[in-house]
Amino acid sequence: MGKITNEELLKKINAKFDQQITVVGEPYGLLTIETSRDHIIDLLDFLKNDTVMQFIFLTDITGIHYPEQASPIGVIYHLHSLVNNVRIRIKVFLPADDYHIPTATTVWNGANWMERETYDFFGVIFDGHPDLRRILNVDDMTAFPMRKEFPLEDPNRVDKKDYFFGR
Amino acid sequence: MQNHPVYTDNDPQTAPSTLNLGPTHPATHGVFQNVLQLDGERIISGVSTIGYIHRAFEKIAEHRPFYQITPLTDRLNYCSSPINNMGWHMTVEKLLGIETPKRVDYLRVIVMELARISDHIICNGVLGVDTGAFTGFLYMMEYREAIYEIYEEVCGSRLTTNIGRIGGFERNFNAIAFNKLRKFLKDFPPVLREFEALFNRNRIFVDRTKGVAEVTTEDALSYSWTGPLLRATGLDYDVRAMNPYSSYEDFDFDVPVGEKGDVYARFLVRNEEMWQSMRIIEQALMKLEKEPSDIFHADVPEFYLPPKEEVYNNMEALIYHFKIVMGEIDTPTSEVYHSVEGANGELGFYLVNDGGRSPYRLHFRRPSFINYQMYAPMSRGMLLSDAIINMSSLNVIAGELDA
Repeated sequence: MGKITNEELLKKINAKFDQQITVVGEPYGLLTIETSRDHIIDLLDFLKNDTVMQFIFLTDITGIHYPEQASPIGVIYHLHSLVNNVRIRIKVFLPADDYHIPTATTVWNGANWMERETYDFFGVIFDGHPDLRRILNVDDMTAFPMRKEFPLEDPNRVDKKDYFFGR
Repeated sequence: MQNHPVYTDNDPQTAPSTLNLGPTHPATHGVFQNVLQLDGERIISGVSTIGYIHRAFEKIAEHRPFYQITPLTDRLNYCSSPINNMGWHMTVEKLLGIETPKRVDYLRVIVMELARISDHIICNGVLGVDTGAFTGFLYMMEYREAIYEIYEEVCGSRLTTNIGRIGGFERNFNAIAFNKLRKFLKDFPPVLREFEALFNRNRIFVDRTKGVAEVTTEDALSYSWTGPLLRATGLDYDVRAMNPYSSYEDFDFDVPVGEKGDVYARFLVRNEEMWQSMRIIEQALMKLEKEPSDIFHADVPEFYLPPKEEVYNNMEALIYHFKIVMGEIDTPTSEVYHSVEGANGELGFYLVNDGGRSPYRLHFRRPSFINYQMYAPMSRGMLLSDAIINMSSLNVIAGELDA
């Protein structure tokens, strides 16, 4: 089967989700769209089950943090249509202090750990997730370490001051 | 004093027992913990706990310049670090729009395919050990050593290689490296043939692996499996063939697939991939003869560190050295996803850049992490001994699992 162009993809998505998506761009040829959390599962489901596009493969779910934005935390999905060999990136930004988004485990089983990882590092609550626990960090950790306000090292450390090294 | 129950051989044990398999267990080859509920030898349910060697690479990467992130990628899948290194270089090159010369691409292909062979040697060798055949493992291990010696000639290190730079390699391949490579290509095929003869129709091995942990393509796709595991279920998804990078489109190779997705099929797929890797390396050596032999990096002085002797004697080199080290070169504000076919599957790098010297956000799509999540669900109803073999054949590498 021939490769679908990004314009065709967008036309098909717009036909169903006209008002609900915005196009971010096509960085390095990868179509990137943004939607709201109310429509993300419908959109993922539509992309997966559409007979032409067939985005059957969930490549990745991850998060990102822009502290200065009104909607600081983003959840980013990468999908891959193995039939047409085309990828798509979908972003959802969540408003401050209300980091809830429906889970994608209803669409792909593989979303389970990817969402746990995103919860672990960004504090995004995936509503309806069967087992939303921390995955890589210890269970009693209170912070979400990939947020930008979390320092890489303890700022109170004294053993790494420059003057110890003649700097 | 507590009263411990005393069991005799005649007591029926009705309650399920809990077995803590790992975090350090001789049969799991790495730091994996699974708490299993057992009914006799059959697994009722299991819970995987991971993160024992989590090192926060994604956080560290946000504070490091691009060229200092390569050593972090070494420690993802440390059985085939060159693939991770090259994947990272290519991600940055894609972001910066750097075109590498053909010779660099072919040299990279050689190193990546060697890494794939060394990874599969370990996986299939260890699978043999877990089924009770030590011979194959010891026999093949010698050739992993031969591959490590080639790395040593190319970059100076063996396991965590930090091989290559953004734009190419830090130095040219020397004659010893090519000699060792040719010797490897000559010596390894008979060994692999004998390894296959040891296992492929070995009654004990076939009985232990055939039909064990069968996975359908639908399940594999639903769990986002990639690499040899997905191909063993019968789907020929290979990043090298589907989205060629580093001039893989110039090479002629097959993508082996299995049928039932069981442990035996995974074993056969990995063996065949080693043959295909050798085929690719041989083609690469032939193609290299037509390329100018002194090119080993792209001409990108803004990003490729100049040789030290030039830094001290040449003004431009000094300027570029300073600019690279101090991070004074603008990079595009954009985001890029690049993936390579790692030894375990699709290894992806999602890089968000804000124009600075280090990434705004870097995420590794780690195949081991994603492949491993099916382990506990698929172990249900399995014999404990089969679950051990299943884990070896998933080839989960702790470093890649926990990043």
